[in-house]
Amino acid sequence: MLNDALAELAAEERGATLELTVNNHPGVMSHICGLFSRRAYNLEGIVCLPQGDGATSRMWLRVNENAKLQQVMRQVEKLPDVLALVHHPAEHEIFSLVGRFTA
Amino acid sequence: MYEMNGARAIIGLLERQGIDTIAGIPGGANLPLYDALCDSRSIRHVLCRHEQGAGFLAQGIARSTGKAAVCFATSGPGATNILTAIADAYLDSIPLVCITGQVPTSLIGTDAFQEVDIYGLSIPITKHNYLVRSAEDLLRIVPEAFSLALSGRPGPVLIDVPKDVQTAIIRFARWPEPGCRREVPAADGEAIAQAARLIDAAERPILCLGGGVIHGGASDLARELAEKCSLPTTMTLMGLGAMPADHPLALSMLGMHAARSTNMALQECDLFIAAGARFDDRATGKLVEFCPGAGIVHMDIDPSEVSKLKTATVGLVGDVRHTLAALLPLVRRGSRGTWRQTTAMLRRMYPMTLPEATVPERPYGLILKVAELLDEEAVVVTDVGKHQMWTAQVYPFSRPRQLLTSGGLGTMGFGLPTAIGAALAMPGRPVVLFTGDGSLQMNLQELATAVEQRANVKILVMNNRSLGLVRQQQRLFYNERHIACDFQLDVDFCTIARGYGIPSFNAPAGCDLDSLLRQVFAIPGPCLVNVHVGREEEVYPMVPPGAANSEMLGGFYAERCPC
Ligand SMILES: Cc1ncc(C[n+]2csc(CCOP(=O)(O)OP(=O)(O)O)c2C)c(N)n1
Ligand SMILES: [Mg+2]
Repeated sequence: MLNDALAELAAEERGATLELTVNNHPGVMSHICGLFSRRAYNLEGIVCLPQGDGATSRMWLRVNENAKLQQVMRQVEKLPDVLALVHHPAEHEIFSLVGRFTA
Repeated sequence: MYEMNGARAIIGLLERQGIDTIAGIPGGANLPLYDALCDSRSIRHVLCRHEQGAGFLAQGIARSTGKAAVCFATSGPGATNILTAIADAYLDSIPLVCITGQVPTSLIGTDAFQEVDIYGLSIPITKHNYLVRSAEDLLRIVPEAFSLALSGRPGPVLIDVPKDVQTAIIRFARWPEPGCRREVPAADGEAIAQAARLIDAAERPILCLGGGVIHGGASDLARELAEKCSLPTTMTLMGLGAMPADHPLALSMLGMHAARSTNMALQECDLFIAAGARFDDRATGKLVEFCPGAGIVHMDIDPSEVSKLKTATVGLVGDVRHTLAALLPLVRRGSRGTWRQTTAMLRRMYPMTLPEATVPERPYGLILKVAELLDEEAVVVTDVGKHQMWTAQVYPFSRPRQLLTSGGLGTMGFGLPTAIGAALAMPGRPVVLFTGDGSLQMNLQELATAVEQRANVKILVMNNRSLGLVRQQQRLFYNERHIACDFQLDVDFCTIARGYGIPSFNAPAGCDLDSLLRQVFAIPGPCLVNVHVGREEEVYPMVPPGAANSEMLGGFYAERCPC
C-alpha cells in the first residue's frame, strides 16, 4: 500500500519535457506561458531558441508529470502558433546542460 | 497590380469575406480604417455608443446567422471597452473578428497616448490574436483570422493594427482567397462503433445537446438519433432550440435551474450521451455526483473538452454533424418503453409550471404570452438574471439559433446590443428582448443605436427593481441579509425610452397584457415595455452553487420528492 502510494508520488514528481516547434514571433512566449498560468499548471523550466532561418523556434518546457498534463498538452496543441509537440516522459538533457549555470 | 494602404486592404479583405455590417466606434488610432470605410459600397457601419455595445452587436449578427461578424475599436480605452464582449464570445464559442487600432509601431512600448497592450490583454480570451507588424502581413492575417474564427470550435480573433501599418502603402498582384471554415472529419470509426454498442446496450440513456450541436448545424441529425433510439433528450442553456421544446422526447434544460424532473431523470440514467456540450458546472452541479453510475459518450469537436472534467467512457472527437451521421446507421432502433414512461411520469409529477404561475401577472405568464403571439421565426434574446432563467425554463424554443443568451460568461448588458445585431442580420423577423432592470442599464446607451438603425427590437423589461438573482442568493444562502441588491431609485424606463424617441408602455400588474403586446408587436422598429414583476418572484428549482443537481430547492411539488 505505502509502496504504491510512494511510487505514485514519485511518478507525479518525475519531470517530463514537452518539446515544441513554434512560429517565431514576439508574442508566442506570452501565448505559451499565459496558457500554463491560466490553466493553473506549473511550468518548472523553459528553454527557447530560434532554429534554421529564424522563422520558427524550438521550445523545451519542463513540467511535472501529473493528471493535468494530458489536458494541458491538448490545450497547447490547439494554439495556432504551435506547429509540433513531442512529449518526453523523462526530463530532457537540455535542462541538465542549462542546469550547470544554476549549480 | 493593386496599390493601396493597409487600411484599404483591410476593408477590401472584409468586403471579399462577404462582410456587410461592421459595428464600432472610431478614434485616433483607427481613423485610417474609417477613412477607408468611406469608400466601401458594400459595408454598412453601425455606430454604437460604447465599444462593448459594438462587440455585442457583432455577436448578435454572429449568433443569429452562424457567420463570423466584425467589430472595430480604437486603441486604449476603445480596446479595453470591447474586451468583455470578446470574453463573452470566447466562452460561448462565437465567431467574431475584432479589429483594433493601435498607436504607431514606433511608439509601442513607450506608454504613448491611448496605448494599451491589447494583444497581451486579449490572449486568454481569444482563440488567437495578432499584432500586425507590416501592412503586407494583412493579406495573410485577415483571411487567416476568419478561418480560425469559423473552424473547429468557433471563437473570437483579435487583430491589433498600428496606425502606421494602416497608412503604409502595399502593392500586390492578387487578392488572397477569403478565409473560410475548414472541414473537420467525423470521430474515429472504431470509437463510433463502440459508442453505438453502448447506446444499444443502455436501458436508461439520456441524450444531451449543447451549443456545439447548434454551431455544427447538427440539430436535425441529433433529433434523428433521439427518435431512432428513443432517447429522452435534455439541452444545455446553449443547446436550447436544438430539439423543439414540444417534441415528445424533449426533457428541457438541465442544471442549476432545470426542471426538477430533468435533474431527477439524470440521476437515474445509465448512459449520458453528450453532443457538443462541455460539462459546465452550472449544468452538471457537483461533478462527482452528476449522473452517478452512468457511462459517458462525449462528442466534441474540441479534443481538449473530451474528458476535461468528466472522464468519457467513449470520447468522439470530431465534427458532431459528421459523427452523428456515421453513428446513426450503426445504432439499433429501440422503443425503451419503460424508461420513457419513467421520464414521462417524472414530468407529470414535477411540472415546470402550474396554472397559477402562468397567469399574465407573473413571469412565466408573460413569457408564455409572448411565445403565444410570436411564431418560430422570432428571435428571442435575454439578458442575465432571473428573467433569463425564467425564459430558458418555459419559452417553447422550436429551432436552433432562436435563443441568443450569454451562457458561459453570463454578462449583464448582453441583451440590448445583441438584439440589435440580430435584428439587423435578420430583417423582417421580430426580435424580442427579455431583459432586467439591472441588465438593461448596463448597455442602456445602445437605445440610440436601436433608433438610428430602426432595429425591430421589442424590449420587455421585467422590472423587479432589483438585481433579482443576487437577491435570491442572499435570501437562500446568506440568511436574507440583503445588501446591494435593491435599487433605491425606481427608474422610469418609459420616459428614458421616449428620450431616445422610442415608443414605450407601462404594463402594471393586472393590465391587459394580450392586447398591449399585440399593439407593441405591430409597431415597426424599436419599442419598450416596462413590465412590473414582483420582487419576491424567485427562480425555482435551484441547485445551490457547488451542490449536486439532486439537491434542488423549490419548484412545484418539491415536497413529493423523496430526495
Ligand atoms: C456584468 C455583470 N455584473 C454582475 C453580474 C452578477 N449578476 C448576475 S445576475 C445579476 C442581477 C441581474 O439583475 P436584472 O438584470 O435586474 O435581472 P433580474 O435577476 O432582476 O431578473 C447580477 C448583478 C453579472 N452577471 N454580470
Ligand atoms: Mg431586476
